[in-house]
Amino acid sequence: MATKIKRCILYILLIALGVTCFLPFWLMMVNATRSGVEITHSFSFLPGHSLHDNWVVLFDYVNLFLGFFNSLKVAVPATLLTAYFSAITAFGMAMYEWKGNNLLFKIIVVFMMIPGQLSLIGFYNLCQKLHLIDSYIPLIIPAIASPGIVFFLRQYVKATLSKSLMEAARIDGASEIHIFHRIVLPIMAPGIATMSIGTFIGNWNSYLVPLILLNTPKKMTLPVMISTLNAATDLQKNQGAIYLGVAISVVPIMIVFAFCSKYIISSISAGSVKE
Amino acid sequence: MKAAVKTRKKNRNNAAYLFVLPFIIVFLIFSVYPVVRTLYLSFTTYKGYGTPTFNGIANYTRVLKDKFFWRSLYNTVKMWSLNIVLQLGLAFLLTIVFSDIKYKLRGLGIFRAVYYLPNLIAATSVAFLFKTLLDWKYGSFNQLLLMTHLVDQQINWMGQRSTAWAVIGVIQAWMWFGNSFIILMAGVQGIPSDYFEAAAIDGAGRWKVFGSITLPLLRPILLYVAVTSLIGGLQLFDLPFLMTGPSTAGEPGGTLQTTVMYLYKFGFETHQVGFAAAIAYTLFFIILFVSIMEFKFIGGKED
Repeated sequence: MATKIKRCILYILLIALGVTCFLPFWLMMVNATRSGVEITHSFSFLPGHSLHDNWVVLFDYVNLFLGFFNSLKVAVPATLLTAYFSAITAFGMAMYEWKGNNLLFKIIVVFMMIPGQLSLIGFYNLCQKLHLIDSYIPLIIPAIASPGIVFFLRQYVKATLSKSLMEAARIDGASEIHIFHRIVLPIMAPGIATMSIGTFIGNWNSYLVPLILLNTPKKMTLPVMISTLNAATDLQKNQGAIYLGVAISVVPIMIVFAFCSKYIISSISAGSVKE
Repeated sequence: MKAAVKTRKKNRNNAAYLFVLPFIIVFLIFSVYPVVRTLYLSFTTYKGYGTPTFNGIANYTRVLKDKFFWRSLYNTVKMWSLNIVLQLGLAFLLTIVFSDIKYKLRGLGIFRAVYYLPNLIAATSVAFLFKTLLDWKYGSFNQLLLMTHLVDQQINWMGQRSTAWAVIGVIQAWMWFGNSFIILMAGVQGIPSDYFEAAAIDGAGRWKVFGSITLPLLRPILLYVAVTSLIGGLQLFDLPFLMTGPSTAGEPGGTLQTTVMYLYKFGFETHQVGFAAAIAYTLFFIILFVSIMEFKFIGGKED
């Protein structure tokens, strides 16, 4: 009996914690549909009728859909590049013996530990020299080299791919690259997919690097565009429009999460599992 | 015959070079070069254009003597400490509750997903959301407190030194506890269940089990969480940068200025790039030092 009551209390606490996680997002969605005056004068858990007005005010100031498409233009190719090149690198490291293999592995582990801000100044300087400021290239191409993903996929391919399968393909006369595309890639697909969701969200949410690289307002990605709302004083008067702007940036990720939460959570767990 | 097999194998292994080549090229250009270049610039005077002029360790002595640098580091550590205590504390409690064999709580999948939700959202959006919710005069949070009579006057959360840093720490913990919980829980699920059963037969209590089985076996994972959280936490930028407005970054009273905000100011606003590079490397060595300490204290003998 005591266990039952305790269990009940635990559930209530757990649900309360869940509400704490969700409440700010709920208020965001509610306030996105209320007028600035309503928001400043009263508190409500229920939606209002000003969604359209807020929409007009917000898009009068900034076209968030442009930011949305810009973010897609960066995040989609970056994710695809990370997926393909991390897989082929992991495969090359895990299944073949070559000079420098161990060294590369050690360097990868070291770079996984290096904080990103260490290279920020040098990275910007490099982009200046290559005339890549205000271009998407430095946001996309570096995705080819993602040490963390290679590290994970290397373990993954070692655990899932058998050498005898590759031998069988070789006897059939398949070339090495052919083996990778036809046999290895499909076997690695679940691992690649798990990692790719995380990569995509990371790219989608990235702020500091696009902030320093992109100057033209039309090229800004969604997080950078959202951050410009900070400077919009006429918008500060209408909180409803700000909430709507934030909601537009948040809801797509919530929808993705609703469908893929299982994969996302398994990718987090996987990241921590030791060799 | 044997020689033929050997050459074929060698050719095959040569294919591997081709597989890893794109990675290595891009890695050298966009990862290794920037790190080395930052190191070089940290020994120069450089305005962001023209040629850098070598000035020895002048930037580093300036960083070490700069009280604003140390203040920014102090601020960062203060916010991170509150965050890590709340985040790990909560994650541990949840792990204990969900791994308890007596309660057998259900719905782990759903709770895990909900707790992880805040981590998924871009920090820029989280910053704006909370900046607006915590608005002094008109924010929904103060209205809720007034309505429930928890306070009789609005609290200026982001405008006073006593609360602003704590707000950032709590929001960070809110964003990250789900992540830590998932990782710790995955670790617990990796512990063979007969350990727990044996302990139950021996009549070990909940805390005894936690202290003698769960905690020691979770140590490598705890280390992982501590190190990654430190690397991320000491690079804190988005939240305080965006929650304090463009012209008042780091206010109130400079208590929210983090080290990376300080670096950003010199690297991209006032164009003292060499100095900014020296800040980056000083911070890196501090992170490295603390990570090694973490390995020593949490890692124990195995690592």
